[in-house]
Amino acid sequence: MAKKPLISIIIFPGSNCDRDLIVAIKKTLNVETNIIWHNEKIIPKSDIIFIPGGFSYGDYLRAGILATKSPAIKEVIRWSKKGVRVIGICNGFQILTECKLLPGTLTKNINPSFLCKDIYLKLNKNNKLIKNISKEKLKLPIAHSQGCFYCEEEQLKLLQDNNQIAFQYCDVNGNINKDNNPNGSLLNIAGVTNLKQNILGMMPHPERAIDLQGLSDGKFFFEVLKQL
Amino acid sequence: MKTKITENLIKSHNLSKDEYKLILKILKREPNLLELGIFSVMWSEHCSYKSTKKWLKQLPTKAEWVICGPGENAGIIDIGDNDAIVFKMESHNHPSFIEPYQGAATGVGGILRDIFTMGARPIANINSLRFGDPKNSKTKHLLNGVVSGIGDYGNCIGVPTVGGECFFHKSYNHNILVNAMTVGLVKKEKIFYSSAKGIGFPIIYVGGKTGRDGIHGATMASAEFDEKNKDKRPQVQVGDPFKEKLLLEACLELMSSDAIVAIQDMGAAGLTSSSFEMASKGNCGIELELDKVPQRETKMEPYEIMLSETQERMLMIINPNFKEKTAKVFKKWGLEFSEIGKITDTGIMKIYFKGELKATLPIKPLADAAPEYDRPRTKTLKKKEKTLKDFKTINLKQALIKIMSSPNQSSKEWVFNQYDRSVMGDTVADSQKSDSAIIRIHNTNKAVAITCDCNPLYCNSDPYRGALLAVTETWRNLCASGAMPMAITDNLNFGNPEKREIMFEIVESIKGISEACKKLKYPVVSGNVSLYNETEGKSIYPTPVIGGVGLIKNYKNFGRINLKKNKTIFLIGKTYGHMNQSVYEKEIMEVERGKPPKVDFKEEIKNGLFIRKLIEKNLLEGCHDISDGGLVVCLSEMVINSNIGMEIKVPKTSLSFEEWLFSEDQSRYVIVPKNNEEIEYLASIENISINKLGKAGGKKLIIKNCLEIAIKDLIDINNKWFYDYLS
Repeated sequence: MAKKPLISIIIFPGSNCDRDLIVAIKKTLNVETNIIWHNEKIIPKSDIIFIPGGFSYGDYLRAGILATKSPAIKEVIRWSKKGVRVIGICNGFQILTECKLLPGTLTKNINPSFLCKDIYLKLNKNNKLIKNISKEKLKLPIAHSQGCFYCEEEQLKLLQDNNQIAFQYCDVNGNINKDNNPNGSLLNIAGVTNLKQNILGMMPHPERAIDLQGLSDGKFFFEVLKQL
Repeated sequence: MKTKITENLIKSHNLSKDEYKLILKILKREPNLLELGIFSVMWSEHCSYKSTKKWLKQLPTKAEWVICGPGENAGIIDIGDNDAIVFKMESHNHPSFIEPYQGAATGVGGILRDIFTMGARPIANINSLRFGDPKNSKTKHLLNGVVSGIGDYGNCIGVPTVGGECFFHKSYNHNILVNAMTVGLVKKEKIFYSSAKGIGFPIIYVGGKTGRDGIHGATMASAEFDEKNKDKRPQVQVGDPFKEKLLLEACLELMSSDAIVAIQDMGAAGLTSSSFEMASKGNCGIELELDKVPQRETKMEPYEIMLSETQERMLMIINPNFKEKTAKVFKKWGLEFSEIGKITDTGIMKIYFKGELKATLPIKPLADAAPEYDRPRTKTLKKKEKTLKDFKTINLKQALIKIMSSPNQSSKEWVFNQYDRSVMGDTVADSQKSDSAIIRIHNTNKAVAITCDCNPLYCNSDPYRGALLAVTETWRNLCASGAMPMAITDNLNFGNPEKREIMFEIVESIKGISEACKKLKYPVVSGNVSLYNETEGKSIYPTPVIGGVGLIKNYKNFGRINLKKNKTIFLIGKTYGHMNQSVYEKEIMEVERGKPPKVDFKEEIKNGLFIRKLIEKNLLEGCHDISDGGLVVCLSEMVINSNIGMEIKVPKTSLSFEEWLFSEDQSRYVIVPKNNEEIEYLASIENISINKLGKAGGKKLIIKNCLEIAIKDLIDINNKWFYDYLS
């Protein structure tokens, strides 16, 4: 049996998905998460570092930007360069794009309101980080007002060519089209990785879909982390 | 300079001449301006319940499972295994009309604080909203502002908003209603109360810095609106959900130690009411040094500091041995805090500012002497029954389409999608998937079911029966979700109680609530009263909103608004054909006439317990209670939710098709059993009225000889109104 992964999670003032994430990791991987407060200057050796959803520092100014100045994020950047996996969910994704660990930017949803609903995700089986997820698509909730993924055309092509687009919004049959793009993201992008594919950002919330009826695909996402 | 207390000044503080005489008697001297301000908020309708106290006392508030009834920040019920549920509903009507976004947001903030003040982690929010006629020029702006205000606050703090009501009627054109309810979870031994203890113990202020916002908000909520109220924008507070999130986490972290002796949030009437209530409940005195209150603005006067309603603030009495611990926790969360006074044994409130004593008020006499009125009341004259307009006779299909696309019966997806319903990972069902929202108790198999209801048309026609039906409808919603109904919170929204006919509505409504609660063994554990919801003499419809909470033993077995292909559909309960005050009469005949339906509590309880048992035993595929719009609306919602059609046959009946489809008789449910024989057998043993309606399947809702409509059309019709209205 593989060794249990060492997992850390960064908590900012205003994070609100930290508990859900800690519980999901415990339920699916039976791992106790190492909690890092935003102003800690050292993150101990980890296999995976999570950045949870929420409204870090109130998301004042622009979602995610204030968090990029925190000591803990500087540590995340250092570890990520050594190949440690970093996964940002929702606000975590916004933080990762704001500190340039991931390409692109997350802007206001095309319909500018906050949007909470269950969506389907198509998985890119050529992406190293998620290819072992044992499903073709996942049903997960989204809940955000700034989740519209945007980048320059050139960058978008690179993302495609290098298999960095990990998740795309799709319909129940896996078709990707305008009708099932909830927030106006380019190419229905819901999650991307960096070029090395050790850093992942995603808007949907797998941690909220572990063991509820009709909403439990999140466990497939976490279970694959054992194999990394 | 000493301000002279003039008659005008007394009047502008909403104090009557008699009330002022009472003040003179208590103080044995003239009050100064600060003291007058304190009296005015403490004796305001909002804080003192002076018009309703006499009647509220008559509500049933006890049951074995009630840990704390009305009088504290919220009610508490025991759900076993050392877990307790804390809940309350509160209104923020007046501010939301003046500034919808901030008014609604701070309404949510206020009710959240009431819950975590008691040591509970908030686990769900719901809300009950009433807006004016959609054609009214202000309605769209108010709807947009209120919904995003509620959403943004709850979403940011990370508590799911899982459902509620959204209703339009012209009686709310100038007074909208924003009632927000929060449900929290606490371990029984970790409940915190507000009663002050510990002579000499320090009083700690924590949270947002005090500004001039919201001064006299409580007094504003205690008077009618007029043209001048447009200038009252400064009386509306501004919300900061991020600060509230920090306050929530800091309070809960500190509560895990023994630092806090008593705690009270600063809500309506801010520092005045929080300090006063704590001292009054604990039978002690209090000394405050206002210079030490963290302030956002310069040159604030004691009057302003005491009456400010700045949001996201808490007052707590700390065990002096834990001062360091307290400071450490607040610093960790980056919160402003300050020791602003101490508890004394004098029974007197003393307020100091810049070294001078600015106010001296005897606490007990002021609290005990709070006026309590038995205001005169008169039964509303029976309005002349309106003659029917020449409404266009339309066929049943057209009638269904008109109803399903009406603002009140339309899908509220546009509203709910702006609320984060899935944060905290325990939302088993929001209020679209089941008749109540269902939230799992974290790390257990239990769940709480939460719902709210009030039909203003019913209440306007007969306040007693309308209120009684509101309680009963929440009870039925909980049963239809498979929950054991446990207790309610009530939010009583009315016009000006100084008018006899309004006072009549208030008293009748309270009596109606009382009767239903007694019959259903379903006590009231918390509540809120919002009066003076009227503008230029025109009152809202009486709107006693009821929030109900129930317990589900196993969250996996709950009632779903759902169908399954080829399964049989049954009707539980009797149909008499009551059409008056129904959605059909309102939308199709364009009339509000007659009395609301009656309820037979024997039948209600029998059917409710039967439904709950079926769900607990996991014998149903689907279940939905029949309410506004009658049977056909209930069936349509099941079709829409499951994307499965059905074919229904009208049984032999003396009723017209209209009556059979659209009547709003009570105590009825539609169920879809897994196994027909089993259900029919159980129903026969318990003498339950059960009728086979038809079968689920296909792409259409078919009611033979009545109407036929494709699922897709039904969904489009149901979704259309909100998107058209707001785009």
